[in-house]
Amino acid sequence: MIFLTGLAAVLLGRNLYVMLLRLPDEAMQGPIYRIIFFHVPSAWTAFTGFFAAMVASIIFLAKKDLRFDALAVSVTEVGLAFGAANLITGMIWGRIIWGIWWTWDPRLTSMLICWLLYLGYLMLRRAVEEPIERAKLSAVLSIFAFADVPVVFFSIKWWRTQHPQPVVWAGGSMDLAMWNMLFLNWVPLLLLGVVLVAVRMRQEEAERELAALRRRAHAL
Amino acid sequence: MGLRNFTYLFYGFSAAWLVLAAYVGILAVRERKIKRDLKVLQRMIEDRERE
Repeated sequence: MIFLTGLAAVLLGRNLYVMLLRLPDEAMQGPIYRIIFFHVPSAWTAFTGFFAAMVASIIFLAKKDLRFDALAVSVTEVGLAFGAANLITGMIWGRIIWGIWWTWDPRLTSMLICWLLYLGYLMLRRAVEEPIERAKLSAVLSIFAFADVPVVFFSIKWWRTQHPQPVVWAGGSMDLAMWNMLFLNWVPLLLLGVVLVAVRMRQEEAERELAALRRRAHAL
Repeated sequence: MGLRNFTYLFYGFSAAWLVLAAYVGILAVRERKIKRDLKVLQRMIEDRERE
């Protein structure tokens, strides 16, 4: 884990140097466009987490193995953190480019709903005490919540939105150096996400151990 | 727009890292609480078993 954190830090340092000092400003937007290098990879990391949560939830429902429940909650929490980073950086970018912090546009609204759905997942877990019941209910919610992810992804194609059209797919245009940086900066964010998931999973296991100790103490 | 543009770029980068730092902070607080609770419970169980 220390190696992954170190690698993420080195890559981030290198990427910050390149994006701030080597890459030119964007012709229309000026320097602010560089927010894309955190805004978009944060969304990708969040969606990767939500996808992993859905897969872990399906496996939990099939196997009833609580380790997959621990994985689902861990990747969901980390995904929410990256989702929040995506929403906030988007608002700051929008303030300069659109002149507003927020608009109820399909992309922004569907992303906010997605974020709230997964926040609801965490709230549901707090409301149910019995571990198996909690894992079952939250697995079902996680699978349903993932249905919003494709809506967020394709919202800019399906509806007329204020949000720009995709730059990565559907014929968007971007300079190769900027394009590369978008993907290069996703790598350290993903590495950071993996480290955070590992820490969170260990905590989930410790909490299960804690619950077992509480039952034992109660029985004595 | 120049200076304002840079200022908001700084806000954007800072916000992204502050969110992640806040989450790391939440994880650290939770870790400390779990460790403390584990220690207290283990001690309590040992005491009760001795009795």
